[in-house]
Amino acid sequence: MSRLELRDVTVRLPTSDGDVPVLCSTTLTLTEQRIALVGANGSGKSTLARLLNGLVSATTGQVLVDGLDVAREGPAVRRRVAFCFTDPAAQLVMPTVVEDVALSLRRQHPDKAERRAAAVAVLGRFGLTELADRSVHALSGGQRQLLAIAGVLATDPDVLVADEPTTLLDLRNTRTIADLLFGLPQQLVLVTHDLDLALRCDRALLVDDGYVAADGPPVEVVGAYRSRA
Amino acid sequence: MSLLGLHQPGASWLHRLPAAAKMLGLCLASIVVVALPGPWSGVGALLVALSLVVGSGTGLRVLFRTLRGLLLVVVLVAAYSAWQQGWARAVELTTDLVALVLLATVLTTTTPVDEVLDAVTRALGPLRRVGIDPERVGLAFALVLRAVPTTLDLARQTGDAARARGLERDPRARLVPLVIRSVAHARATGEALDARGIAD
Repeated sequence: MSRLELRDVTVRLPTSDGDVPVLCSTTLTLTEQRIALVGANGSGKSTLARLLNGLVSATTGQVLVDGLDVAREGPAVRRRVAFCFTDPAAQLVMPTVVEDVALSLRRQHPDKAERRAAAVAVLGRFGLTELADRSVHALSGGQRQLLAIAGVLATDPDVLVADEPTTLLDLRNTRTIADLLFGLPQQLVLVTHDLDLALRCDRALLVDDGYVAADGPPVEVVGAYRSRA
Repeated sequence: MSLLGLHQPGASWLHRLPAAAKMLGLCLASIVVVALPGPWSGVGALLVALSLVVGSGTGLRVLFRTLRGLLLVVVLVAAYSAWQQGWARAVELTTDLVALVLLATVLTTTTPVDEVLDAVTRALGPLRRVGIDPERVGLAFALVLRAVPTTLDLARQTGDAARARGLERDPRARLVPLVIRSVAHARATGEALDARGIAD
């Protein structure tokens, strides 16, 4: 598994009232395969997750992925750490399913025919082969999220950070996506409000008001979260 | 469903034509259509464009449904130019406009965006020496094509939201959320590209 480190990280974001801290003096090392981040809306858990892929920069402190400094070696980190958003619509860039996956593969496969073959192979792994030439606008919510995950995993990263990937989905699609995520060989950092999913992880962190308020086995952390709610 | 910006798989000769040839053809046609004066050149361009639409295998019914959104603009342009400059000018402007939209639609319906991206990247390859990244420019082309159906989708959603609140006749209730959501969507797309390392 990769070694994800936060060393005394503080993130301040500009607002109309000046810079506001959203994550404060956080030091962590994550090496488990499946890690859940839970907490209330606005607690700072998504900011913590975004630090790992360089989508958010630390105001002070250092974020390292396998020793690579995210601030200085962003492209190398992003090749290792994929990120999946809550709303897949924003993440799907190309008009058709196969083209969107192929976009991720442009560097590995400059040849168009090879790229398409590789993209079709990725779609096969995710059960999306029959949708290859369909418009991304014609997909259901579950299919879009599945495609978004396929798109970011096409390059075989070491880590997947998923920010509430099941929040917009119905029960059946939530199960499908959850089973997919928990069956991946990659390290998974899962931001979630679904405590059943958090309980399936190896480690959980409760983020509260910019601080890691609890860290440990999911049963204990989820219990702590429930007692605070 | 709108055809604007959406590729429709097919086997017509237009589908088989290289993307670069179609893009070059569209550029030249745009110049010729705008440069040639008089209503007859516009009518001729419109007939050519319609024959290409038929040649691409796109059903006319689907096409007319797609162009319904353009109808208001065409009517406004026609009315204003007829009032200001006469009927001949009105016919010229509206036929030019519809012909160019049809030609652009033929390009997008018969060409996968991936091919457009490849063609732009190849064509701009020599500019790498002066610091231009052809991949980025190609990606910008692809995003513009993708923006058309996305914005239409957002417009439909904001229209539905305005109707649900009984504000369907209030242009502010339709336009302001559409602009805000379009900007938010653009920012989210930028973030997603960053996260996928595509912009690196």
